[in-house]
Amino acid sequence: MSKIHVTTTVNGEPAEFLCEAQESLLDVLRDQLKLTGSKEGCGSGDCGACSITLDGRLVCSCLVLGVEAEGKTIGTVEGIANGDTLHPVQVKFLEHAALQCGFCTPGLLVATKALLDANPNPTETEARFWLAGNLCRCTGYDKIIRAVMDAAAEMRGEHA
Amino acid sequence: MNFVANKSDLKVVGTRPVRPDGIDKVTGKALFGADLTMAGTLVGKVVRSPHAHARIVSIDTSKAAALPGVKAIITTADFPEISSEVAAAGDGAVNFRHMAHNVMARDKVLYEGHAVAAVAAMSSAIADAAAALIEITYEVLPFVIDVEAAMADGAPILHDDLVPSGMANPGKPTNIAKRVEFKLGDAEAGLAEADVVVEGRYETTAVHQGYIEPHAVIASVNPDGQTQIFASSQGQFMIRQYVSKILNMDIANIRVTPAEIGGGFGGKTLVYLEPLAVALSRKAGKPVKMVMTRDEVFRASGPTSGGVMTVKIGAKKDGTITGATIDIALQAGAFPGSPVAPACMCAFACYDLKNVRASGYDVVSNRSKIAAYRAPGAPISAFGVESAMDELATKLGMDAIALREKNAAKAGTKAAYGPVFPEIGFEQVLAAAKSHPHWTAPLGKNQGRGLATGFWFNIGGDSSASVFINEDGTVSVVSGSPDIGGSRASMAMMAAEVLGVPYEKVRPIVGDTAQIGITGMTGGSRVTFATGMATVQAAEKVVDELKKRAAMIWDISPDAVDWKDGEAVPAGANAGGFDPMPLAAIAAKAGKTGGPIGTEVSINAQGAGAGFGAHICDVEVDPETGFVKVLRYTAVQDVGRAIHPSYVEGQIQGGAVQGIGWALNEEYLYDKKGRMDNSGFLDYRVPVASDLPMIEAVLVEVPNKRHPFGVRGVGEVPIVPPLAAVANAVKAATGVRMMSLPMSPPKILAAMDKA
Repeated sequence: MSKIHVTTTVNGEPAEFLCEAQESLLDVLRDQLKLTGSKEGCGSGDCGACSITLDGRLVCSCLVLGVEAEGKTIGTVEGIANGDTLHPVQVKFLEHAALQCGFCTPGLLVATKALLDANPNPTETEARFWLAGNLCRCTGYDKIIRAVMDAAAEMRGEHA
Repeated sequence: MNFVANKSDLKVVGTRPVRPDGIDKVTGKALFGADLTMAGTLVGKVVRSPHAHARIVSIDTSKAAALPGVKAIITTADFPEISSEVAAAGDGAVNFRHMAHNVMARDKVLYEGHAVAAVAAMSSAIADAAAALIEITYEVLPFVIDVEAAMADGAPILHDDLVPSGMANPGKPTNIAKRVEFKLGDAEAGLAEADVVVEGRYETTAVHQGYIEPHAVIASVNPDGQTQIFASSQGQFMIRQYVSKILNMDIANIRVTPAEIGGGFGGKTLVYLEPLAVALSRKAGKPVKMVMTRDEVFRASGPTSGGVMTVKIGAKKDGTITGATIDIALQAGAFPGSPVAPACMCAFACYDLKNVRASGYDVVSNRSKIAAYRAPGAPISAFGVESAMDELATKLGMDAIALREKNAAKAGTKAAYGPVFPEIGFEQVLAAAKSHPHWTAPLGKNQGRGLATGFWFNIGGDSSASVFINEDGTVSVVSGSPDIGGSRASMAMMAAEVLGVPYEKVRPIVGDTAQIGITGMTGGSRVTFATGMATVQAAEKVVDELKKRAAMIWDISPDAVDWKDGEAVPAGANAGGFDPMPLAAIAAKAGKTGGPIGTEVSINAQGAGAGFGAHICDVEVDPETGFVKVLRYTAVQDVGRAIHPSYVEGQIQGGAVQGIGWALNEEYLYDKKGRMDNSGFLDYRVPVASDLPMIEAVLVEVPNKRHPFGVRGVGEVPIVPPLAAVANAVKAATGVRMMSLPMSPPKILAAMDKA
C-alpha cells in the first residue's frame, strides 16, 4: 500500500508526513510526529482527550484522517505555551490544581484555549457546555471550571 | 517523629504549591503508558471471546502465523498452569490461578471479551488481520448475567470445581463463591424492641471506574530472561509480582517502570495486558506494545459489582437504633472476588449499634471479572443503608442529621466488623454539615435535598521512600507509589517540612522496581499516610545525619546540635558559639565528613485512621421527563489533616462526581446473548461538565495522631455517600423512593406515574 504525502503546519511550524489513507490524524501526530501530548481515550470522539485545533476549529483528532491535514493549520497542546512562557490557561490549571492524573488535561487545555479565543468572557454555564465534550474522571470539573474562569479574567486583564 | 499537635508549627504542610509534575502535564510532555516506545517495537493485539460462556473446542493459528509481518502468537498453551494460591493485595485478596485464567482463557471463555489469544506483528493493521485469521471453534454454553439468577437452582455453572467458603458445602456445583457475616449483639432481638422498623430491597448495577486512559504496556524480554516493562498502573511492584506468578519468572529478572497513570480508581490494581506483552515479546524476541481500545476497557477490564440487598433498621421513638441488618449479594464477575466483605463491614460503620448483622454472598456470573473501584463495596451497601436511614427519619419525623447524631459512631464505639474506633471525626462531620448554610437554604418547586453519610477504613501497609541530599543542598525524594492525584507534591511537602527547606528545593520522583524498595499499590487511600510516613522517617534519618556532620565540623557532640529551619544550630549556650550551618553548607562538605548523605526507609505502616463523610445534595426533578439536575452539592469529610488541601478537595470533588454518575447515569447493559450493549462513552455516560454544579468540599480536620502530620487518607470516602444522597434528594423532590440505580429519567418517570 503506497503512502500519501501530506504537507501541513503544526504549532506554527511547517511539517510533512507520509500516512496511510485510513490513518487518523491522532495516530499521525502521536506515532509519526512524536507529539504524544494528544491522548487517545476512546477513539470515537466521545472523550475529547485528543482535542486539537484544525484551522482554528476545535476537533477530536481521532475523528480526522491524517490526509485531511493537507494544507491546514494544526494546533496541539505542545503549541500552547510560547517557548518557556506558559499560556494563562496552563498557569491557571496549575494554580487551581485543575488536574489530578493529567491524562485529559491536554485536550481540556486545547478546548479551553479555543473557548477563550472564541469567547473571552464566558459565563460558567457557557464554559461547562463548551467543555462538555472533554471527559475528566478525576476532578469532578470543579477546579477545572474555576481555572477556566480565572484564566478568562486574567486574559481580559482583570487581574492587573 | 512525634505527632505535630499544633498546625501553626507547620510551614509547608497545609499550603498549596504547584505540583512538581505540573508543567509536564500542562505541556503534553508527561509520558503515560501509551506514550513510550522502543526501537523495533511490535504491536500486540488480543483476540477476545464473542460469547458470554463457551467451551473452547480448538484454536488454529496456522493461517495467522503464515501472514507476513506476524512475529508471535500466544494462546493458553503458552502459559504455565499454576496452583491455586491466594495472596493479600491491597483491599482484597488475589487468587493467582484465577488471575492467570482471566488474563488468558483456558478451557472455557467465561464472559464476552475474555482473552483467548494474542498476536504481535509489525503493524497495527497486520496484527488486526492476523487476529481475524485465528480460527477458534466454540461450543456455546448457556450463560447467566444477573446475580440472583446465578444463585438460583439450575443456573448455568461457571466453575465446576467451585466450593463456597463461609457456608455449608451445598454438595453440588454452585456459583456462590463465599458467604460472609459480621455481627454484634442480637440484631433480630434488637429489631423486635423497636418502635419503628423500615425495610427495603435495594439494587445497584455494575459501573466502571471509567479512567480516561486505557490500559497500556510495552514489554521487552531479553534472551537471558531479563525483562523490562513500562506500564500505566497503580503499582509497579504489583505488576512485577503478578507477571512473575503468571509466567513463572524470577522477580529479579523483571524491572517495571511506572508510566504516568491516567486514572485508575482501583481498576489498575491488577494485570490484563502485561503478561500477554511479556509472553509475546519472549516469543518474538522484540519489544511488544499493547494498548486497549475503549471497547476492550469496558468489556474486559473490571467494573465494580452490581448487587441486591435487603436492609432492615429499627429504632425507638427518640431515634435510638435498636437493631439493623443487611443481607447482600454481589456480582463477582467470572471469577470469585466481589467486595462483599467490605460492603458488609462498612454498611453500618457510621453508627454506634449494639445489635447489628451484615451478611453477604460473593457470586460469579458471565460478566467480566470485577476490579476494585474506590472504596470497594462501600457505596453499594451505603446506598441501601443510607436510603433506609432517610426512610427511618421520615417515619420518626426526625431531621436526617439529628437521627444520625443520635446514633453516631465515636471514639470507643465497637464496630460490627470488630475494631473499637480510636479518635474519629464523624460527629464533627455531622456538626459541620448541620451548620453549613447549604443545609437550611431555601428550595424551589420540584426541588429536594438529600443527605447521606459514608465510611471507609483507609489502610497502611508496605511502603518505601528514600531521601538524598544533593551536593548543592537540594533534595531528591524517591517513593514507590505511583502518583495518581498529586502524591509527589505531598511527599515533597512532607520531606521539606521535616528538613526545614523550601518545597521547591525538594524534587520527588516515583521509582521503578529496581530503584526503590517494595511498595504496595496506590489504593486504599494509603499513599499519603503510609508512603508519607516512610518519607517522613527517611527525612528524619537524614536530619540526624546532617546534625552528626555539623557536629563533626564543629568538633562537638552530635547531641549538642539541633536542627532548626533547615540549619544546624548549637543546642544551647554550652554547645559553643557557632553560627547556624545551613543544609547546603553541610552538603558541600559531605565528602570530607563521611560521604554522601541520604537514606531509604521501608516500613509496614500501621495506624491508618478511619474516614467519615456527609454529603448534602440538592436536585430538581423535571416532572415531565423524570430528568434529575443536581443543583448544589456539598461534601463534608474528616480528612485527618490535609497535606495539600487543593488535592484533598480534588479527591473529594472527584469521588462525589463519580458517585453522582453511579446514582444517575452509569450502568452495564447486556443484550440477549450476554454481550455488553454500551461499551463506549457515548452510551455509558459518565458525568460531563455541563451536568454538574460546583462541588463544595468542606475539610474537617480531626488529626490521626498515629501519623506525624495527622494524615487519615481521603480518596475513597467521597464516593460512598453520593448514591443515597442523590436518591434521598430525589425522594424529597418527588415523594418517590428510588430502590434501584441508576435513577435514569424513564425509571423515575415510571415510579412517579405509579405513585
